[in-house]
Amino acid sequence: MKKTLFDKVWDSHVVDSIENGPQILYIDKHLIHEVTSPQAFAELEQRDIPVFRPDQIVATADHNVPTLNQHLPIKDALSRNQVEQLTQNCEKHGITLYGLGHKYQGIVHVMAPELGITQPGMTMVCGDSHTSTHGAFGTIAFGIGTSQVAQVFASQCLLLSKPKKMRINVNGKLKKGVLPKDVILYIIAKLGTNSGTGYFAEYAGDVFENMSMEGRMTVCNMSIEMGARGGMIAPDETTFEYVKGKEFAPEGEEFDKKVAYWKTLKTDEGAVFDKEYTFDAEDIAPMVTYGTNPGMGIKIDGHIPELNDVSFEKSLQYMGFEKGETLLGKPINYVFIGSCTNSRIEDFRIAADYIKGKQKAANVNALIVPGSQQVAKQIEDEGLKEVFEEAGFVLRQPGCSACLAMNDDKIPAGEYCVSTSNRNFEGRQGQGARTILASPLIAVATAVKGVIAAPYEEEKVAALAD
Amino acid sequence: MEKFITHTSKAIPLPIENIDTDQIIPARFLKATNKAGFGENLFRDWRYNKDGSPNASFTLNDSRYSGTILIAGDNFGCGSSREHAAWALADYGLKVIVSSYFADIFKGNALNNGLLPVQVSPEYLKELFAAVENDPETEILVNLEEQYITLKNSDKKEAFEIDAYKKLCLLNGYDDIDFLISKKDKIKDFEKELKPQT
Repeated sequence: MKKTLFDKVWDSHVVDSIENGPQILYIDKHLIHEVTSPQAFAELEQRDIPVFRPDQIVATADHNVPTLNQHLPIKDALSRNQVEQLTQNCEKHGITLYGLGHKYQGIVHVMAPELGITQPGMTMVCGDSHTSTHGAFGTIAFGIGTSQVAQVFASQCLLLSKPKKMRINVNGKLKKGVLPKDVILYIIAKLGTNSGTGYFAEYAGDVFENMSMEGRMTVCNMSIEMGARGGMIAPDETTFEYVKGKEFAPEGEEFDKKVAYWKTLKTDEGAVFDKEYTFDAEDIAPMVTYGTNPGMGIKIDGHIPELNDVSFEKSLQYMGFEKGETLLGKPINYVFIGSCTNSRIEDFRIAADYIKGKQKAANVNALIVPGSQQVAKQIEDEGLKEVFEEAGFVLRQPGCSACLAMNDDKIPAGEYCVSTSNRNFEGRQGQGARTILASPLIAVATAVKGVIAAPYEEEKVAALAD
Repeated sequence: MEKFITHTSKAIPLPIENIDTDQIIPARFLKATNKAGFGENLFRDWRYNKDGSPNASFTLNDSRYSGTILIAGDNFGCGSSREHAAWALADYGLKVIVSSYFADIFKGNALNNGLLPVQVSPEYLKELFAAVENDPETEILVNLEEQYITLKNSDKKEAFEIDAYKKLCLLNGYDDIDFLISKKDKIKDFEKELKPQT
């Protein structure tokens, strides 16, 4: 039988199938962080069950961590308690922790791939919906709830029904200034936020084949924003090259053996998907969101649609936007480049390249937050730090930062923030904060102009701002 | 976990689409290390004004409505995987959420906490909203054993789907951990013989 990439990885991890019920799926790697694990550890202790495979778990602290003065104790008592609890739990159960101060610490979905923990053909889970990021490697990776975290602790397995399969093809060549973030925002705007519910997505076509690993991670990261449990891309030379030489990647002969296996991980010609969509790369433009879910996106020079619907109108009211309006030229006081969607070195190279020799607008607070200690080091080693600082951007220490209002980095009520993060939900970046999702390129262009700007149509934008 | 067989109650309508888990429980309340008490902050930013007073126009503060069934708009529970959302709904006292669509992770989290997500057709959802808004005293009956939902005193039933295994768990009050642990030998065999990754 012809199999899809998803089938191949899933089927090879099925321990057992229950008649008329779910399957027992084996999990290769379990990533944990401070927010969604404490209740799972407590559950285990209550039942007096040991952690079954501590060697297959990797922990980091990311959601709660401050991005300033990380060498000092965390000021917020509840945050500090949660991070300390993670440290204690990891010690007690023999789990590797890259906590604050460790050179590998970072956002869980940035840290694991850059260490080579994420490898093709694996099953990976984490109590975080953006675990879908790791699908960029041809991995079945998905977010789970805390009860499931406890299940994986207890058995290294999960009880699951196999999701349906969809394929999203994008062919052709992307236009100048169109980044992977625009590709996924475009797809979600076209398909809607629940189009993927019950499905696992595979991204196929030359756009993804030609994309860097960082770009593929950005795309897969946002699969959850269209409701899909995860998204994946078949591993290829780009993938093997990325994994090679990483801290936990196989070496020498072992690596070659793995590559031979990884090469079999692609959808067979003629394999059937439950749903399939095809888009043309030339139709994709830089995107911005105008509403309160990631599906509410338009091309940067587009207009907010004129829909008559209670939820839609409630959303515009929260954002302070009108139907039919364009966002180009809107004054913006906050810009955030970071989050598990866009905080990898490539994102900062693109940002720095644009910023070089320019100054941020006086009205803008522009925050640059690397995804991990390793990315922070790269920023420094490659001289990007100077570029950011000379242009007036604030470079912080790694963490989830202003993606979600769980640490000190919050956007004030009523303010707009052009953000490279993944969610523009009400209050996501702080109570009353208004988030506009965009690529790192639109984010820096906006920071420089002080208004929402298209990076390569500067004159047009300057005219609008006057 | 408590057994769930049938449930009858009045219902609270919340006709908003795409309600994400950040609205159900905002991130700033996720710093607790146990499961209790999240109900206090359920729908926090919709339920309370900035000064902490209750927002009179929000459905949970509307004295006409009460009960342990929440009827919500399409695509309920999208966004973050935080199980705290399910804990908050359950801690508030809700037993059933009715919508025309549920996000996957939320659905799993709800079921793992004895909270039943009942997916109905968009047409039937409209009928339920209309019935409850028209008469807040309307009672709704959810029968898990026979997998249907109905307005009490109505002949019209709407069937709903549920995974057979999850249904068994809810009817008996079981959970997955016990089941998985009972399969440890099989899991160890898998690790030895079949596992493609080392």
